[in-house]
Amino acid sequence: MTDLVAEHAVALRTTDIGRASLTAFDPGPVFSIAPYPGVRPVVNAMPFPTPGQIVTQGAVRLVWAGREQAFLIGAAPDEGLSAAITDQSDGWAWFRLQGEDATAVLARLTPLDLRVSAFAPGTSARAPLNHMQAVILRTAADAFELAVFRSMAQTAQHELVEAMTRVAARRAR
Amino acid sequence: MTQSHRIPGRGLIDRSQPLNFTFDGVMYQGYQGDTLASALLANGVRLMGRSFKYHRPRGVLTAGSEEPNALVEVFENGQHTPNTRATMAELYGGMVARSQNRWPSLGLDVMAVNDLLSPFFSAGFYYKTFMWPRAFWEKLYEPAIRRAAGLGRLDRRHDEAAYEKAFAHCDLLVIGAGPTGLMAAMAAAQAGADVILADEGSALGGRILADQPEIGDMPGLTWLETMRTDLAAMPNVRIMTRTTVTGAYDDGTFGALERVGLHLADPGDLPRECFWRIHARRAILAAGALERPIAHRDNDRPGVMLASGLRAYVSRWGVNPGKVVLFSNNDSGLATARALTGMGIDVSYVDPRPIPVTEEFPVYAEARVIATQGRKGLKSVDIQHRGGTSRVEARTLALSGGWNPSVHLACHLNGRPQWDETIAAFVPRSDMVPGMIVAGAARGTFSTGACLQDGLEAAQASLTALGIRKKPRLGVPVAEAAPYRIAPVWAVEGDGRAWLDFANDVTVKDVKLSAQEGFQSVEHMKRYTTQGMAPDQGKSSNVAALAVLADATGQGIAATGTTTYRPPFVPVSIAAMGAGGRGTGFAPQRFLTSDAQSRAMGAPMIEAGLWYRPSYFPRAGEKDWRDAAEREAVMVRGAVGVCDVSTLGKIDVQGKDAGRFLDFLYTNTMSTLPVGKVRYGLMLREDGFVMDDGTCARLGPDHFLVTTTTAAAGQVMRHMDFVQQAFCADCDVRTISVTEGWAQFAIAGPKAREVLATLGDAPDLPFMGCAPMTVAGIAGRLFRISFSGEQGYEVAVPTRYGKDLFARLVTAAESLEGCAYGMEALNILRVEKGFITHAEIHGRTTADDVGLGKMVSAKKDCIGKAASQRPGLSEDRQQLVGLMPVNQGETLSAGAHLYNERDPATRVHDQGYVTSVAPSPTLGTWLGLGFVVNGRARHGEVIRLDDGLRKRQVLVEIVDPVFFDPEGGRMRD
Repeated sequence: MTDLVAEHAVALRTTDIGRASLTAFDPGPVFSIAPYPGVRPVVNAMPFPTPGQIVTQGAVRLVWAGREQAFLIGAAPDEGLSAAITDQSDGWAWFRLQGEDATAVLARLTPLDLRVSAFAPGTSARAPLNHMQAVILRTAADAFELAVFRSMAQTAQHELVEAMTRVAARRAR
Repeated sequence: MTQSHRIPGRGLIDRSQPLNFTFDGVMYQGYQGDTLASALLANGVRLMGRSFKYHRPRGVLTAGSEEPNALVEVFENGQHTPNTRATMAELYGGMVARSQNRWPSLGLDVMAVNDLLSPFFSAGFYYKTFMWPRAFWEKLYEPAIRRAAGLGRLDRRHDEAAYEKAFAHCDLLVIGAGPTGLMAAMAAAQAGADVILADEGSALGGRILADQPEIGDMPGLTWLETMRTDLAAMPNVRIMTRTTVTGAYDDGTFGALERVGLHLADPGDLPRECFWRIHARRAILAAGALERPIAHRDNDRPGVMLASGLRAYVSRWGVNPGKVVLFSNNDSGLATARALTGMGIDVSYVDPRPIPVTEEFPVYAEARVIATQGRKGLKSVDIQHRGGTSRVEARTLALSGGWNPSVHLACHLNGRPQWDETIAAFVPRSDMVPGMIVAGAARGTFSTGACLQDGLEAAQASLTALGIRKKPRLGVPVAEAAPYRIAPVWAVEGDGRAWLDFANDVTVKDVKLSAQEGFQSVEHMKRYTTQGMAPDQGKSSNVAALAVLADATGQGIAATGTTTYRPPFVPVSIAAMGAGGRGTGFAPQRFLTSDAQSRAMGAPMIEAGLWYRPSYFPRAGEKDWRDAAEREAVMVRGAVGVCDVSTLGKIDVQGKDAGRFLDFLYTNTMSTLPVGKVRYGLMLREDGFVMDDGTCARLGPDHFLVTTTTAAAGQVMRHMDFVQQAFCADCDVRTISVTEGWAQFAIAGPKAREVLATLGDAPDLPFMGCAPMTVAGIAGRLFRISFSGEQGYEVAVPTRYGKDLFARLVTAAESLEGCAYGMEALNILRVEKGFITHAEIHGRTTADDVGLGKMVSAKKDCIGKAASQRPGLSEDRQQLVGLMPVNQGETLSAGAHLYNERDPATRVHDQGYVTSVAPSPTLGTWLGLGFVVNGRARHGEVIRLDDGLRKRQVLVEIVDPVFFDPEGGRMRD
C-alpha cells in the first residue's frame, strides 16, 4: 500500500499583475499555541507575542493570531508547554502579496488601516478579507502574508486577483 | 453646424481633442474636458429632458451634481444607465446618450398632455382621486401613473459590469477641493498629517474653475495649478478626484463614491465606480455652497439656468449663451453679471433691490422677472420694473436666489442646521458630526479671501485635535473679500405656475395648497407635494420651498426648519455599494477535497453552510435523483457506502477543566466519558431551545473533539467562545476550530470493515469508540459512529490527504458492490433511522420536543436548562413523530401541515407540520418526520397531511420516528 498523496488547496504559483504579486505558498508546520489562563509561556525560546506582535527566530515565527492565541510557524512546539496546542498546518491556505501596489490591493478587501503607522512591518492582525476571516501578517512595508480557511482558498485567490487587476488598471492610466 | 455656440479660445477644454458623440441619435462634436451638458449647450442644444410629472420641456439648470433636469440615459459597453446627470457625465469619444421620459421623441412628447391637464395633477391629486375602489390602485391606477410619470427606464438585465469597493484611512479627510479645501489640505499636509482630499469634480479647484478669481496676486488657475502640483508631490496626501463623499457615519466613517471608468471610451479593466469607506480621525467639510433659483412664472424653460451654472459654462467650457437676462437678489449674481460682461456676453441684469444702475450693462433695479416665453427654448423674458413691464429677448435666463451652504454631510448624524438671517440661509452648528469642522462656503463664508482664511484655520484646529504640533508654513494669499449682501426673494407673486422643485414638478401653488390643506409641518409638506423626493433630493429647491411654506403658515423660516438630511449626498448605484457581491461573490465558496472527483462523477452539487456537497452520484440508466439516491441507500444497507463528512464542524477542546466546561455546554455529561469513547450530545441556547447536536470524542484526559452540524459550526464556535469568556473565565480550557484541518469520510454498511482494511491495520473499535489510526501511512483518526444506522466508521486525515483518501475509498467501496453516496441518500438513511437534523432542531424545538428530554441531565446545570423548564415549554407541545402514508404509494412533502382527518386546513385546527421526508427503498414507502401536538401519545392515529402549495392531501399514520432497526443492532454489531 502506498502512502496517501498530499495536495495543496491551490497550486503553489505566483501571479504577477501590475505592480503586485500573489504567491500561494506552504509555510510548513503551523501550530496554534493557546496558553492557559495566567500563563505567558516561552515557546521554542521565543517570548509569547503581545497582541499584533510577530516574534521571529531564524526561520521560525511566533505570530499573534487572536485572543490568547499564537501561531507557531515553521516548527513543532517544544514539549511541556502550559498551553493548548493544535496542529493547524492543514487548516489554512497561505498567500504572499507583495509589491508596490500590495497595500492598494489589500485595501480593496480588508477594512484594516494599512498605513505603516497603524500596521507596521512585523505585526499581525485578525481581520476580514472580504467575507472571509483571515490572519494578516505584514512582513514589510510592501509585503503581506494572508491566511484564510483552506476550503476558501479559491475564493481568496479569485478575489485577490480581481483586486490586483483593478489596481493595475488604475496604474495603467 | 458643429459647436455653433462655442466661444473661440475660451474655456478649459482641449480643442486638440475633438470628440464625437450622439444624443437622441444625432451626431455632435465636443472637446476633451466637456461634460455631456456643456457639449450639448455648445452645439446649441438646450432641450435635454422632459419633466417628471407634466413632461415639460427642460434644459440644464446647473453645472454640478445637484442637477434636477438634465437626466439622460447613457449606453456604454452593453451597459444602459438611466438617470445619468448630463452635468456629471464627462464626454468621451463615441458616447451614446438618449433623453428619457418622453414618447415618441424629446421634441414631440404625447405625454405632455399632462401639462394641459395640470389643474388636475396638483399636490395630493393622487391621494384624493385614486382612493376608490381600493382594488383599482394596484391593478390600474398605479401602473398607469407610473407609465405617465417617472424617469429613466431600466433595461431589466443584471448589471454585470465591474464595480469596486475599497477602504481608506487618514488623519484628516478634506471634503471639497475649492479654495477652502485646498488651503486646509495643504496646511494639514505641511504639518505632517495624512490627508485625503476628495472632490467630486474631474479636477481640483471647485468654484475656482468657473469663477477664476485672482488669488495671491496671480490668476486663480495659476494658484490652483501650483497647489495641485505641490499636493500631488506630497507622500502624505492622497488626492481623490471624481469622488463624492456621500455620507457621514459614526466614529469618523464616511462613504464616498468614485467615478473610475465612466469618463473613458475604453475603460479596460477599470471598474465603472468604486465605493469607498473612509475612516478619518478628523474631517473638514469644505463642500461649498449650492446656488438656488427664484420661483417665478414659467421659470423652467430650456435656457433657464442658475447664474453659477451659466458662469461655469461660459468660463470653463466656452459656451456662448446668447443674450442673457440675469435675475438675482444678491451680490454674487451681480458679480456674475459683471464677469459675463467682461467675457463679452450680452447681459441684462434684473434685481429687486434698489441698487445703483452704474454698470456697463443694462440694470433693472427694483425689478423682477414675471414671465418667460418659448416652449422648447427660451425666447424672451418679461421684466416688471418701476417703469412698467418690458419684454426682453433672451436665449438664456440666469437665476440667482442666493446660496445654500452644503451642510448636508454635517447633518447626517441628525443634527439640524440653524437659520442665518444675514445670508438668508441655513448654516451648520458646531460639532454636529463629532470630529468634523465645517469651513468656507459650506458654513456661509462666501468670499474667496474668507474661504482661504477659513480653510487654514480649520486645518489648524484639526491639527491641534490630532495632537500634531508642527505648524504649516503657508500663509493666506490675498483674494477678493467683498461682503455678501442679499435681499431674500423666494417666489415672485403672480399668475401661472412658478417652479420650486424642477425634478419633481412642484410649484409654489402646490406648497401653498399643502399648507392650506393642513400639511403645515415641513416634513408633511414634503410628503404631500413630493418636493425634495427626486434623485436630486431637493438640493436646489428645499430652502425655497420651506420659505414659501413658512410664508404661507406665518411661522417664519427658522421655526419651520428643514427636513431631515440623509445619506447619500448624491445617488449611489447599488452595484457600487455591493461591488463584487453578485452571484457567487455574495459569500465565499467552500470546496471539499473530494469536490473535483464528485463533479467528475457527475454529482450535482448543493450548497450547505457555504460548502458544496454532492447530492447524488448518478449512474448510467438512472433517470433522476431518486433512482440514484435510492440505489445508493440500498447499497449502504446491503454492502457499503462512503461519504465526505468533512463539512461537519470540528472543535478542539483542551485543558484540565475541559470536561467541566463541556458539562456546562452540553445537556448531558461529558466529563465521565472515558478516553477513546464518543458520546452523542445536545446543546441548548440560553433560552432553553435546542441549538445543535453532535458527537463529543475524548482523545485524551484533557483533550476532547466536539463535532457540530455543518450549518451551525460557526454558531457553536462563537457560543463556546462566549461561554468561556463570560461564564468560565476561570477554567483551564481552550477551544479552536479544526474543521478545516481534517478531511473526514463516513464508511457505512455491512462491508465497512472490509473497506477500512484496505487502508491499513484498523483498531478494533466498539460502537462509539475512537482511536488514532495510521491511514495509508498517514497519522489519522478513526471514530466508530453512524448516521446511517449501519455499521459505521468515520476516518479522518489531515486535509491535504483528503483528495487521495476519497479516491481510494470510492475504489474500495465500488469493488465491494458499494458506492459513494451523497446528501440525498444520507437523508434517506437518517430519516429511516429517525435521526434529527436542523430541519427538526430548527430553533423552536426543545430537547423534549425531539424526544431527547432525558438527555437534559438532572444532576448538573447547563446553559439553557433553567429556561427550558419555563411554564409553557412542557405541556401540549408539538412532539417529534414519524409519519407513514396510509396508502403506501402516496408521496409526502416537507413543509406540509397536519390536521385531524375531518378538520378544515385552517390555523386553529393545525395539529403540526412535516419537517423531513424521504422515499425509503428499504421499507418501500415514503417516510416523514414531523411534529404533532402530544404526538408521542398518538402513535397509531391517522391524520391528514395537507400541502396547500402542492395541492396535496395525504392520510398518514402517526408512528414512532425510528422506522428501521429500532433496537440499533445493525450499527452496534
